[in-house]
Amino acid sequence: MTRSWWRTGVGLLLTAVMLFPVYWMVNVSLTPASRMRKSPPDLFPVTPTFEGYARVLDEQLPYFGTSLLVAVGTVALTLALAAPAAYSLAKLRPRGRGPLMFVLLVAQMIPGIIMALGFYGMFVRLGITNTLWGLIFADSTIAVPFAVLILTSFMSAVPDEVVQAARIDGAGAFRVFWSVVLPSSRNGLVTAGLFAFLWAWSDFVFAATLDSGGALKPLTLGIYRYIGNNNQEWNAITATAVVASVPATVLLVLAQRFVAAGITAGAVKD
Amino acid sequence: MRKNLVGWAFLTPIVAYLLLSYAYPLVTTIDLSIRDYTVRSFVRGGAPLTGLTNYVTVFADPTFRTALLNTVLFTVVSLVFQYGIGLAMALFFSRSFRLSATLRALFLVPWLLPLIVSASTWAWMLNSEAGVVNAVLGAVGIDKVNWLTSPDWSLASVTIANIWIGIPFNLVVLYSGLQNIPTEVHEASALDGASSWQSFWNITFPLLRPVSTITLLLGLVYTLKVFDIIWIMTRGGPSGSSTTLATWSYELGFGNTLPRFGPSAAVGNVLILLALLAGLVYVRVQRNQEAS
Repeated sequence: MTRSWWRTGVGLLLTAVMLFPVYWMVNVSLTPASRMRKSPPDLFPVTPTFEGYARVLDEQLPYFGTSLLVAVGTVALTLALAAPAAYSLAKLRPRGRGPLMFVLLVAQMIPGIIMALGFYGMFVRLGITNTLWGLIFADSTIAVPFAVLILTSFMSAVPDEVVQAARIDGAGAFRVFWSVVLPSSRNGLVTAGLFAFLWAWSDFVFAATLDSGGALKPLTLGIYRYIGNNNQEWNAITATAVVASVPATVLLVLAQRFVAAGITAGAVKD
Repeated sequence: MRKNLVGWAFLTPIVAYLLLSYAYPLVTTIDLSIRDYTVRSFVRGGAPLTGLTNYVTVFADPTFRTALLNTVLFTVVSLVFQYGIGLAMALFFSRSFRLSATLRALFLVPWLLPLIVSASTWAWMLNSEAGVVNAVLGAVGIDKVNWLTSPDWSLASVTIANIWIGIPFNLVVLYSGLQNIPTEVHEASALDGASSWQSFWNITFPLLRPVSTITLLLGLVYTLKVFDIIWIMTRGGPSGSSTTLATWSYELGFGNTLPRFGPSAAVGNVLILLALLAGLVYVRVQRNQEAS
């Protein structure tokens, strides 16, 4: 028992060290501009101010909306593409699906910066830079291969007998997909959707390359623009960063087991 | 036969999507790398074919050696520390204690934050004048370090931030690997009088090898791709001291007012070859593990 308390103490200390940058971000976001460049810096927000957050409300609100739209759009597109594909790979298992699985695995390994360059060339020619759905399309490439692979493993877990029974009752392939397999794979859909949301919300590379100086910017570019200013106002930067971290935190609290499942899915096979 | 037809009908959207969203941009990148593009011909088309000229330009540029060396250093050092610290944390958390599940969940936070958030927070923490890191070092009598503005330290700084971001992934995967090792194995070795260090080194570590391999390979693939952290913290500078292939490719294509799309695409394709090489090793190892 005493040993277990000792471990809790060390665990708390390790977690504190690990999360110190997160604490520091919150601390700086509450520091007034006049005390920002003080050396040594205040370890606690001794004179907390909300001026940074006021600027977020004032200047970053439209970016916040863009981020939300892009993230939700990416989730919808990702699931719409991945769910039927995963159903086919897990339950219909047509011939020649091996190479497709291989392509999906390899697709996850292509660096985003190269995709961005390719998309930029493509979008400029099609005249669709700086469009919401162009960015959604690009962002979905981060999530789709992962979503297909994880949904395939979830859908494989739906017993074949259940599928057979539905078929005997006269259900067609689509009906089985919609009324049997899809509802049984809810956890998989949540996990895939959650990661699609987080990745689209966090995307910087595609947003930076595909917006070509337009007005349509997600929150990540809002932060980037602040950093690029000559008089870097760090309470505004970190206040935006805190706001941008909210979805990740909420998702972690609400759906921790899905997050852990998603991280391990690609790496460990039971 | 009918089953195959229906199966592929469900796969048609994803195949069309892969062609449009992967094949097309990748072909565009190859095309960019073998032509002499200007801003004008980029929009209108009709840039002259120049074969491998862009590649020759890139290889002859002294930045190429720096970027390649930095990419290797950044990747290897990141992997060693992420894995080492991640494994130590996984071992620590594998014994359950009060609050262990909550604390383990909190460890995930750095991995879930948007990279631009982590990168800008680290940039301010490592600021030479007002950063908290130098303040702490100063308190124990160590001189101020110009983390982001000195060519000697910039690569180390971005590597430290990247290690911090990568620890949670290693912790979670290695932790679940440890959970899959039956407890009887440990009990048996404890009965034989093995110390905990012996038991780790002779039993746990070898049994964890398949998971370790996959973790490191996935880490390799992710780390080669890293762009955001370095670009936001140092923009590859000062004077190229923290440039990697990824940031150099971006800098050539988008970092200047006069974009050089050809060389940018050429650097990108070199990076893709490295990533695919790592990816193929990964796929192979995973198949072998599934077979055994």
